Amino acid sequence: MEVSIAAAEAVKQANVDVISAYPITPQTHIVEYLSELVANGEFDAEFFCVESEHSALSVCVGAAAAGARAFTCTSSQGLALMSEITYIASGLRLPMLMIISNRTLSSPLSIWNDHSDVMSIRDCGWIQFFTENGQEVYDHVFISYRLGEDRNVILPVIVNMDGFILSHVIEPIELIDQEKIDQFLPPYLPLHRLHPDRPVTMGAFALPSIFAEAKKAQEVALRSSMPKILETWKAFGEMTGRYYHPVETYKAEDAETLLVTMGSFGETASVAVDMMRQEGRSVGLLKVRLWRPFPFDELKKAALGAKQLVVIDRAISVGGPGGPVASEVKSALYGSDNRPVIYDFIAGISGRDVAPQDFIKMVDKAEIEIEEGNREGYEIYGVRE
Amino acid sequence: MTENLNVFAVRMLTQKEYFAPGHRACQGCAEVLAVRLVAKALGRNVIVAAATGCMEIVSSPLPFTSWRVPWFHVAFENAAAVASGIESGLKVLMRKGRIPRKKIVTVGMAGDGGTADIGLQALSGALERGHDFIYICTDNEAYMNTGIQRSSSTPFGASTTTSPAGKAQMGQITWKKNMPAIAAAHDIPYVATACPSYPIDLVQKVKKAADIEGPAYVHILAVCPTGWRSAPELSIKLGRLAVETGVFPLYEVEKGRYRMSMDFPKLRPIKEYFKLQGRFRHLTDDMMEEIEKRIHREYEQLREKAKRGV
Repeated sequence: MEVSIAAAEAVKQANVDVISAYPITPQTHIVEYLSELVANGEFDAEFFCVESEHSALSVCVGAAAAGARAFTCTSSQGLALMSEITYIASGLRLPMLMIISNRTLSSPLSIWNDHSDVMSIRDCGWIQFFTENGQEVYDHVFISYRLGEDRNVILPVIVNMDGFILSHVIEPIELIDQEKIDQFLPPYLPLHRLHPDRPVTMGAFALPSIFAEAKKAQEVALRSSMPKILETWKAFGEMTGRYYHPVETYKAEDAETLLVTMGSFGETASVAVDMMRQEGRSVGLLKVRLWRPFPFDELKKAALGAKQLVVIDRAISVGGPGGPVASEVKSALYGSDNRPVIYDFIAGISGRDVAPQDFIKMVDKAEIEIEEGNREGYEIYGVRE
Repeated sequence: MTENLNVFAVRMLTQKEYFAPGHRACQGCAEVLAVRLVAKALGRNVIVAAATGCMEIVSSPLPFTSWRVPWFHVAFENAAAVASGIESGLKVLMRKGRIPRKKIVTVGMAGDGGTADIGLQALSGALERGHDFIYICTDNEAYMNTGIQRSSSTPFGASTTTSPAGKAQMGQITWKKNMPAIAAAHDIPYVATACPSYPIDLVQKVKKAADIEGPAYVHILAVCPTGWRSAPELSIKLGRLAVETGVFPLYEVEKGRYRMSMDFPKLRPIKEYFKLQGRFRHLTDDMMEEIEKRIHREYEQLREKAKRGV
């Protein structure tokens, strides 16, 4: 099954009420399949192919405020266009799900994958997951709704999947019985909704005298969603046998060098780790699954003990401190004694293929550089000069 | 017809207020009066999605609200899209039996900037998709909330802070965008213009818009003493003058058929309207005559449409 189709199947199985989206490559297969399901009467939902991504998310915001379960998906420029509303949706504490088929931001215009789109809204206040394969995308649709709608969370959720690399790939996916899903994910019961029987004002403006308090409440909500995230993953694991963690590890326990990746890099990197282990090298892998709230403690726990971390980012922070993942990893470890040296590569931007051999080359390069005393390494991998 | 009904005005309007007093609007604000009348006309079974702007700022300083009906503000340019979402959310929840079936009117509300400029795309999309909602544009003819900057709804010749009257330029040099015509071009079932100086007409139109299935657009002229540089006590008079001079004709377009709500075979001189407003202070008699010619021509075209019925 194609991953985009699995995502759409999951949206149907999650009994979503309102879908609103605008087509953009490589997200299109999700909306196409969803509209087919609705057109064939197989899925009872209100589906709108609206006139822009800005309206797509605005429709979801309206629907969620009315108490409906809402879904949208987008990529790249589309996400940039709707970015204004991403901040508002989380500030208003409206649960909903957005799948991003990650694609690079123009210019130059490019339809291929990297993480520059979602990094542009990194601080928008949504819970943000990254996925490695189609099964994880499918699973996280249910996980996200149950989590976001939890009365102790009440936040919107983003599931990132790498455009084309995941969205257009065909792989075996284990679907879950509807009965089980309905048990795992009951219908959405909002704490407040727009309804004349109990009038509320939503979206009031705040003067400086009250804004900081409102914003802190939001920050506390996102940070304290962590236990609920773990709890939701645990419940999901008990149902399916598939257990998820904020930072996944692969052959990492005793490794001197740890690769750190996020998204679909994880699977390829694990192949590279196997190859290097066969050569007797002490290399392991950390995969960041939870991007927001950032799992500082879990990352520390997994990374401390290694001599060096080789972080592979898929987005550039132009003029900044290196890639966004490396930045976060550095902040997480800054206060620790015996922290590993962190070497940061930007690789695979705009969908350029990164093979297992490339990961090995990056580890080689980092180990040599670090050996030579370069403790602040940052470079874009594989650029022709 | 409307004139005759004025006798019964008191009895025709509910005494209940759904937009509470104590808001922060300027003295003499006709826009807030329009909103109050719209709220009266719609009653309690309504949800309002408002755009950023004067009416949002005057009514919702956290933790206070002037709204006694459900009210939702998201952003500047998306009132119509948010209203679409609310309408479809209610529809699907009622269909699935998750909330009881009852008639709830969804309303999108924005000023002229949020409608004719930044919100035009979202509005066009919502009208085209055919959501069952009312869109109310309260038009005070500039970005008053941010300090009287010109919009595409600012009339020709008006001086604003970004279309100032100077030595080389005489204020706004473009003609007012015809929003009701743009709405009507979407072939929606109901379009109307209204003005709070004619409260019964306004209330009737909003009620009609609520009863009609599908999208309805009501464009309301809202005198703004602060932005128009006019005396606050003249707001009602200025609204009447806008209508009686032909500057802002009151009409309806019901299923494509035009009907004048008030028809004046002889319009009052436009000068009477202009001279009460500081924003037109710099206009010479010649300029006013030129503007009047165009206003009269457009008024006649509208009358013709109403005569033909299309």
